[in-house]
Amino acid sequence: MDWLTYLPSLAQGALVTAWITLASIAIGAALAFAAGIARVEGGRAVSTLALCYTEVFRGTSLLVQLFWLYYALPLVGLSFDPVTTGIVGLSLHVGAYGSEIVRGALNAVPVAQREAARALNFGRVHTLMRICLPQAIVEMMPAFGNLAIETLKLSSLVSLISIADLTFRAQSIRNITLDSATVYTLTLVGYFLMSLVLMLAMRLIERMVRRGAAFPRAAHA
Amino acid sequence: MMYGYAWDLTTPLTYAASILPILLIGLTVTLQAAAAGFALALVLGLVFALLRRSRIKAVALTTAFVVEFLRDTPLLVQLFFLYYVLPDYGITLPAFLTGVIALGLQYSAYTSEVYRGGIEAIPRGQWEAATALNMTRWQTYRDIVIPQMVPRIVPTMGNYLVAMLKETPVLSVVTVLEMLGLANMIGERTFEYLVPLSMVGIIFLLLTLICSAGIHRLEKVLPKAGIPLR
Repeated sequence: MDWLTYLPSLAQGALVTAWITLASIAIGAALAFAAGIARVEGGRAVSTLALCYTEVFRGTSLLVQLFWLYYALPLVGLSFDPVTTGIVGLSLHVGAYGSEIVRGALNAVPVAQREAARALNFGRVHTLMRICLPQAIVEMMPAFGNLAIETLKLSSLVSLISIADLTFRAQSIRNITLDSATVYTLTLVGYFLMSLVLMLAMRLIERMVRRGAAFPRAAHA
Repeated sequence: MMYGYAWDLTTPLTYAASILPILLIGLTVTLQAAAAGFALALVLGLVFALLRRSRIKAVALTTAFVVEFLRDTPLLVQLFFLYYVLPDYGITLPAFLTGVIALGLQYSAYTSEVYRGGIEAIPRGQWEAATALNMTRWQTYRDIVIPQMVPRIVPTMGNYLVAMLKETPVLSVVTVLEMLGLANMIGERTFEYLVPLSMVGIIFLLLTLICSAGIHRLEKVLPKAGIPLR
């Protein structure tokens, strides 16, 4: 009945949760930039493709997507281990939400900036990398911070495809001890603390990005 | 066979057509849970937003902490907490009701932020005018602030309703037979998951596309009716 005895197992679960969350944030961010930039800069075919990706993964529930990847894909011959399935599902989902943030921030860059870049004979890639993205990325950071917390919370759903994350461990301990109140309180506090750490980390990254934007790397150009 | 409908596994298409009525029964449960959960979130969120603006420091700070805690912990764990812990204290609720409460609690944290933004968007001059007219704080909220705030936040609230709709499948883990729960049961009995799960995905996609189009329209219509959205 001692709550201390639950901690080692819960901590192991928390590590799995942290790993899945961080991996999904990293892959999701890459997807978000790819799809977001594709929608603003891409030709009709590319931007339509990116739009379809965004709408499909934003429009269907994450749990449905995870079950689909977990139960349905093996039937057509594609099967991954649960952790890969979890990270793939979560990344695709988060990437779709992130792409909307990237798109919005890129569209918010004043048109005059692009016009000035064109007047200076900048190419499209050059304009995007040196003019638009450095300004847009600062605007994206607060929204990305919220999305990171959202990713951590949504990562609890991977416990339902048999990944031994924090939620899964809590379920297992409860099923043995029936000490629901203690186990779930500890679990909620665990998620809360992880959220706080993640929030702090995102603030630090935001500050770094802001400083980077204030002193662009134009000096050596 | 479920709810009196038998499935027909001859081709994927006949299979899809035969289980559609079952999934639509699940859809009604999904919609009911989202509607009830959202109603709770709207009421509770307003209470949180007002308490957070309380002049008593302890009340404001406690509310801020509760809202932050609800917002930073997963719906799934909150749901498990309610589902397993409440009965230990003699409160036994049906699974559906537990699910609705969990959805409402989680989203009340989001809606309280929307209300807070809406309240803060009301110019200070109006508060001062209300004070000059000798209105109490409660009267000012009821007659001045809330009536102006509510129409402005409708589109944002709509977005949260859509978000909640997409989270209702989580309720299936505490035995609520909504759409995803039924699709899983069909899968377990037929050993054929691809079609039912894909159909649930498609139905959700259609539902959210329709809702998003509706919200988009509201965002166009409201400013024309003289209601500023920001």
